[in-house]
Amino acid sequence: MNFDLTEERQMLQDSLRRFLRDKYDTATRNKILESDTGFSGDIWNGLAELGVIGALFTEDQGGFGGAGFDIAVVFEELGRAGVVEPFLDTAILGGGLIADLGNEDQQAHVEELIGGALQVAFAHGEPTSRYDLNQVTSTAKVDGDNVVLNGRKAVVVNAENADMLIVSARESGEAGDENGISLFLVPADTKGITLQGYALLAGGRAAEVTLDDVTVPASARLGEAGKAFKAIEARVAAANVAICAETLGAMETATRLTREYLMTRKQFGKPIGTFQALAHRMSDLLIEMEQARSAVIVAAGNLEAEYKARETHISAAKNLLGRAGRLVAEDSIQMHGGIAMTQEYELAHIAKRIIMADHRFGDTDHHLERFIALAAA
Amino acid sequence: MDLSYSDEEKAFRAEVRAFLEEKLPKEMSDKIRKGEELGKDGQEQWHAILNAQGWLAPNWPKKFGGAEWNAVQRHIFEEEAAAAYAPRIVPFGLSMLAPVLQKFGSQEQNDYWLPRLLAGEDWWCQGYSEPGAGSDLASLKTEAVLNDEGTHYIVNGQKTWTTLGQHANMIFCLVRTDKTVKQQEGISFLLIDMETPGVEVRPIILLDGTHEVNEVWFSDVKVPVENLVGKENEGWTYAKYLLTHERTNIAGVGFSQAGLTAVKRIARAEMSGGKPLMQNPHFAARVAQVEIDLMAMSTTNLRIVSKAAAGAAPGVESSMLKVKGTIIRQEINDLARRAAGAYAMPFASEAIEGSNLALPDPLNAGPVAAQYFNNRKLSIFGGSNEIQRQIIAKTTMGGGA
Repeated sequence: MNFDLTEERQMLQDSLRRFLRDKYDTATRNKILESDTGFSGDIWNGLAELGVIGALFTEDQGGFGGAGFDIAVVFEELGRAGVVEPFLDTAILGGGLIADLGNEDQQAHVEELIGGALQVAFAHGEPTSRYDLNQVTSTAKVDGDNVVLNGRKAVVVNAENADMLIVSARESGEAGDENGISLFLVPADTKGITLQGYALLAGGRAAEVTLDDVTVPASARLGEAGKAFKAIEARVAAANVAICAETLGAMETATRLTREYLMTRKQFGKPIGTFQALAHRMSDLLIEMEQARSAVIVAAGNLEAEYKARETHISAAKNLLGRAGRLVAEDSIQMHGGIAMTQEYELAHIAKRIIMADHRFGDTDHHLERFIALAAA
Repeated sequence: MDLSYSDEEKAFRAEVRAFLEEKLPKEMSDKIRKGEELGKDGQEQWHAILNAQGWLAPNWPKKFGGAEWNAVQRHIFEEEAAAAYAPRIVPFGLSMLAPVLQKFGSQEQNDYWLPRLLAGEDWWCQGYSEPGAGSDLASLKTEAVLNDEGTHYIVNGQKTWTTLGQHANMIFCLVRTDKTVKQQEGISFLLIDMETPGVEVRPIILLDGTHEVNEVWFSDVKVPVENLVGKENEGWTYAKYLLTHERTNIAGVGFSQAGLTAVKRIARAEMSGGKPLMQNPHFAARVAQVEIDLMAMSTTNLRIVSKAAAGAAPGVESSMLKVKGTIIRQEINDLARRAAGAYAMPFASEAIEGSNLALPDPLNAGPVAAQYFNNRKLSIFGGSNEIQRQIIAKTTMGGGA
């Protein structure tokens, strides 16, 4: 057994941590949160230059990483600093799907994306799909050389900044069927696309996307007609590794801030960390942190494994991170007292990142049920 | 032992319900249901409606113009009000300051301030907490020094977490008037006009984007000596008296019941695996669990309430209610955000501030996550839950703990 990072990943972690420590302090982030775009172009380009996006793709795809551990290393650091820039949506989901399914022409977008010039968004979830990936009701109808898309996509993160949307739509079957779902690469300015954008509680922006007779050439299809489901599932698995690692990084920041606070803040004449009730809770947080780290390592290590092993570990990690994350976020706020409730204090943002991660790609309950179903299968 | 309400109590409930049906404006209850802020005007409007009915000050004796309801009646009213999505009356003046004035204030103070309270002429806020004091309230540092003529105090210092201080024209404060004695013995209770030169209110924006609390700064603020309540250096006694009043309604049974209704409403509409989420056994079990806790807690609350109605002062039970009540409310907030799924993610402050941006989902579930974050405060303010547990331990096991 060896739990150490490879030298390359260690270097990536060090340079990314240094960059974010220097460039991404609380004041900077709070300005980004309030901006109209919800992200910083400078930070995006700086991180792209540093190779952060490239680390999320394999060599075949034009990157230099792409494995579960590469994703975990990058996202743990992004989480530690509370970064709101849409790496998950552009690289792991959107970019990943183009890289996995795209033909030669479509692959060209991956290179652009790794360089930081292209942003994409994955328009998949719908108002009634909740976390089920197969509940697609948007339709794709072939019309000669074209395909016509109709439907509504819910809470599409980064839709407004995206140059292209990766849209899922059904070519056959019914909501709930895995067969019949296709993906299309749609330029964001295509006629018939309407966005209703809004800010997200944990930073960044999303939009409701309405598709009204959106007509694209059949060549916009990614991969085979009606066969996109397995690729979507695999990319969401990668996204769950990313978001679990990100949450782990955020949890580390939350526990660090809390530990420091308990040691310096005095009440009744002594540091509050000397009160047993708080000291024991802090100990529990540290125990859960180790559990969370283990879950992330196992999930990342199984991302390239066969289906059942992969999905079991992904669901286990997402469930555990949801539970441990809630404990860490809530107890960190509680032990800080009122100060943690204020927007300008770092923990407020970090706690929101941790909790709201539960609302992407399935919460603790969703993954508990999935874990049970996979074990029974 | 009789577990049902008496005929009088049932009649009272019917009367309250009829009043709410008739007098609670629909646009007001809609706002509350959606988790939007009522604003100052809305608060004042509801205040006036209740005052016209004679129900604005349920806990005051009749001789001061109150309804003089007993604890069971107050409980019934709160339950019905929460179920009808009526606004919560801002408690600082009516239910916190007023009992102190009535018990410890001078005749002149009562004659002047109480009618103004009922008429809505003053908006009071509370100046207890200070940065660095928190739950260790007695370590407060804001200082009041009597001038040589003995006509005014000069106040310097800073208060924090002043709820709705941005609307207030008056603040009641704990101030230090003697630094040479034991912490608790040098504190006085002062009423300060916020228009006095030297008073400055600075907003604190909370993590859900709302402006609910403030910092209040005092630099050389002149306060007439008539505004001292009771005796100098005995403010701690009054403060403790006030805190028992603050904690009487903190179980929040009505809010929890309304919250649970909202959770079920969202979970009936939200689909999971092609079926309503409320039919998902796992989610249904979570809801049932908290519902069972709430049923028991509501009875615990009634047991304590009926004891109080019989004249017993609430003691350690109020600490127990605070701990259990806040845990349940926070659990319900958590269920609501979970029920909303991905639609919990939008930042809801635009909607809360009443702009034209309609939240994208048909259920208006948007504000549930913001409420979840905002209500983390429940276990922190009014004496944190850790402090309440310490009080319970101390009371039941003696000094140690």
